[in-house]
Amino acid sequence: MKTFALAGNPNCGKTTLFNAITGSTAHVGNWPGVTVDKREGVYKSGSEKINIVDLPGIYSLSPYTPEELIARNYILSGEADGVIDIVDATNLERNLYLTTQLLELDVPVVVALNMMDEVEANGDVIDARALESALGCPVVPVSALKKTGLKELMKRCAETEPRKGTTFIADALGDTLQKAQDYYEKEGASSALFHAIKLLESDTEELSSPGAKKFYDELGITEDMEADVADERYRYISANFSTAKVKKETRELTKSDRIDKVLTHRVWSIPIFIVILFLIFHLTFSENLFFLNGFTEAQGWMPGLDELGIENEGLLEFIGWFYDAGVHSPGVILANIVEWICGHFTDGIAYLIEIGNGAGWVSSLVCDGVLSGIFAVIGFLPQILFLFLGFSILEDTGYMARVAFVLDRIFRRFGVTGRAFMPMIMGFGCGLPAMVNTRTLSDEKERTATIRVIPFFSCGAKLPILTGMAGAILEVFGVGNVDWITFAMYLTGVIVAIVAILLMRNTTMRGAVPPFIMELPTYRMPGFKNLMLHLWDKCKHFVKKAFTIIFISTVIIWFLQSFSWKWEFLLQDPQDLIAGEGLTAAQAAEVAENPDYFIDMFMEDGELIVDSMVNLRTDESILGSIGMLLQPIFTPLGFGSQLNSMGWVFAVAAITGLVAKENVIATFGALAAVVASQYVDWEANEVAASVAMVEGSGITVSGVLAFIVFNMTTIPCFASVATARAELPKGKLKWTVLFWFVTSYVAASMFYTCGMAFEAGGAWWSAPACWIVVIAVTVLMIVLNNKGKLERFKFRKKRKEAEATEVASSADTGV
Amino acid sequence: MTKLLSEFTVGEKGIIIKVNGEGRVRRRLFDMGITPGAEVEMKKKAPFGDPVDYVVRGYNLTLRKAEAACVEVDAEEGKEAEE
Repeated sequence: MKTFALAGNPNCGKTTLFNAITGSTAHVGNWPGVTVDKREGVYKSGSEKINIVDLPGIYSLSPYTPEELIARNYILSGEADGVIDIVDATNLERNLYLTTQLLELDVPVVVALNMMDEVEANGDVIDARALESALGCPVVPVSALKKTGLKELMKRCAETEPRKGTTFIADALGDTLQKAQDYYEKEGASSALFHAIKLLESDTEELSSPGAKKFYDELGITEDMEADVADERYRYISANFSTAKVKKETRELTKSDRIDKVLTHRVWSIPIFIVILFLIFHLTFSENLFFLNGFTEAQGWMPGLDELGIENEGLLEFIGWFYDAGVHSPGVILANIVEWICGHFTDGIAYLIEIGNGAGWVSSLVCDGVLSGIFAVIGFLPQILFLFLGFSILEDTGYMARVAFVLDRIFRRFGVTGRAFMPMIMGFGCGLPAMVNTRTLSDEKERTATIRVIPFFSCGAKLPILTGMAGAILEVFGVGNVDWITFAMYLTGVIVAIVAILLMRNTTMRGAVPPFIMELPTYRMPGFKNLMLHLWDKCKHFVKKAFTIIFISTVIIWFLQSFSWKWEFLLQDPQDLIAGEGLTAAQAAEVAENPDYFIDMFMEDGELIVDSMVNLRTDESILGSIGMLLQPIFTPLGFGSQLNSMGWVFAVAAITGLVAKENVIATFGALAAVVASQYVDWEANEVAASVAMVEGSGITVSGVLAFIVFNMTTIPCFASVATARAELPKGKLKWTVLFWFVTSYVAASMFYTCGMAFEAGGAWWSAPACWIVVIAVTVLMIVLNNKGKLERFKFRKKRKEAEATEVASSADTGV
Repeated sequence: MTKLLSEFTVGEKGIIIKVNGEGRVRRRLFDMGITPGAEVEMKKKAPFGDPVDYVVRGYNLTLRKAEAACVEVDAEEGKEAEE
């Protein structure tokens, strides 16, 4: 079976063609350089089978980007029997530039002239036959979108035979080229012509071989040659193929130009962008679609679900998917349905275990451990799906490139390009798709820095922590305003992100802002099928990458929380407790003092309000003792040893938050039993759970604020960590996790110490002043270090040297 | 009239004479079609004045002013008024 590589410029419809030929799944994007993974598929037609390898979109075979290096090395490796070069017929000149380079290689090339339908619609004519005889390789007009010409294309591929590389620029380069080619032929290299021309271009890859470098120096090649080669290629293309293509003379404004007039408008571009972003988030997360139920609670006129007067519970549940005092957005509806399925599945399993007389811990292991681990992954999916859908549409239409264009100026100040903005803003929804989307960044350091700050853009799952804790501040201490605190915390996250990115780009992730040489692709309607394949691909990717780590971590945390060191299962059945069965000594003492102790906790109006087992003894659990062990660490943050016997609860909540940030409040619900002797239904009332914790533990306002800041900026959920591991360069994960912890630690202690100083009154400025001094000294040190003023300190020097070699080696590989 | 590409105003056209700049950036500019002899037209600026969108070889290419300053162009005179 022959193997063909699929090569072409970004945005030439390469992935669409790949999907059309192989029927398989691959990402389609309109943003230059979006495909980095290697994808393979098989074309089948009767007995004919051709293996297809999808190369990343590239403009040239020079090793400017990692993608170009991947494509070049793959073709040179000889693994492919041929190359299908997809050429965007609407942009012939630049696309053929890559073709001229591919033809220099010792492999058969078949040109797929894509988007011919668009060319015809524009009233332009391209003579494929003339192109074929001029290039000296098969040229087949196709439309990947309409699936025309594909059979013919694959037939021509099957017919290809091995060939030697050819070039159109031999005359211009003359003697030098011949000498270089002879050199490579003597070395026994395949594609000698290609290597020879690259050597004349002073190509860094060719020069990395010492023999070639020596020969290069002997030939006396100058850097001007590079300009000549590129120039000659383009000159040949424009001289010969302008006859193949007769362009309509009158060129009025194209459709893309007209759209750009609005979308990149001097004044309107940014408001339009904000509206588009808002719509994506609104359609994913809103429970009050298009504000039909008014903008504030006071304006609300729609009745709540329980006010509808519907008795049938099934019907009520069904309506609840779509409506509850406000119409739900598609994202929420889908999430509700998935949640409903997961919930009923769990209930069913629990019932089966119960009638099978399984032990309590078996039921809990299966339902609270295993199933909740699996469903944590699945539960994420609906809203991730909608975020992905929204952003894929923006990508595939070509709008993302405009966003980068418009915002580049602002983001350059922080040492990143305008493209880094999209992943960051996605972080407000969910960090997982955000991290995956950093693939559109070509610079590795920029990408690492971006992935690291994404968790600071507070995601949807952190909102309950915010509203719960802010509500508790208001209720317990009578200060503040929930909206105001929530907003301030979001802002804090953004500020932390900006500071962190500035810090990284000036220290560990140092590097010039990558150049911004980007194509603005023509606007195109995304194909529905491609969009769906794209979504499917991303979801599969997420489930595959995240599943194991989320699953294992959920089960481990469940175990640590549910068992004591003595291997005792800590969860208890509320009915047993009320009946006085299986009480611990401490619980028995409580009941002796107040016979209604458990009845007050679990019954309301004579009805049991809890239908599952409860954990009232977290303090005895393994996790509890880990929390107690860790408690002193959090003393500078205000929720450590100063809370005496209660400090550990916050450590425990923060640890369970690693599974999913929603768990922080869920754990508060469970811990309320320990610290405040009350059972709180945290799902119905996050504020009550927080209030119980704040009152029971005796934490101060500054401590609560520090706790919020800590959770907002610390190590994100395991799912995010798993995604970060997949997206970061090898070996960077442990530093990233450490970075998250240290950042949140410093930020939270800043809040606590400053807050404490304010609470104490008097010299309230002392703590902020100290921090300002610390920040000033840090900045000074960085500036001096970057200017080389600290070189006399030996350790600095050593590090600088190490860095210099690292920079040199990375420059060699062109990464 | 020779000037730098970064000095162009909207609608101005010219023929590229020379491409300067650091190795990798220069290489990239060549690959993207910014070569001596190519015709280039300034299309529009981003809302904050930078980067800038140029039309070269029939497609839209965006460059920052810093990169455009590497390109020396023979500007067509009096063409701006036409657009």
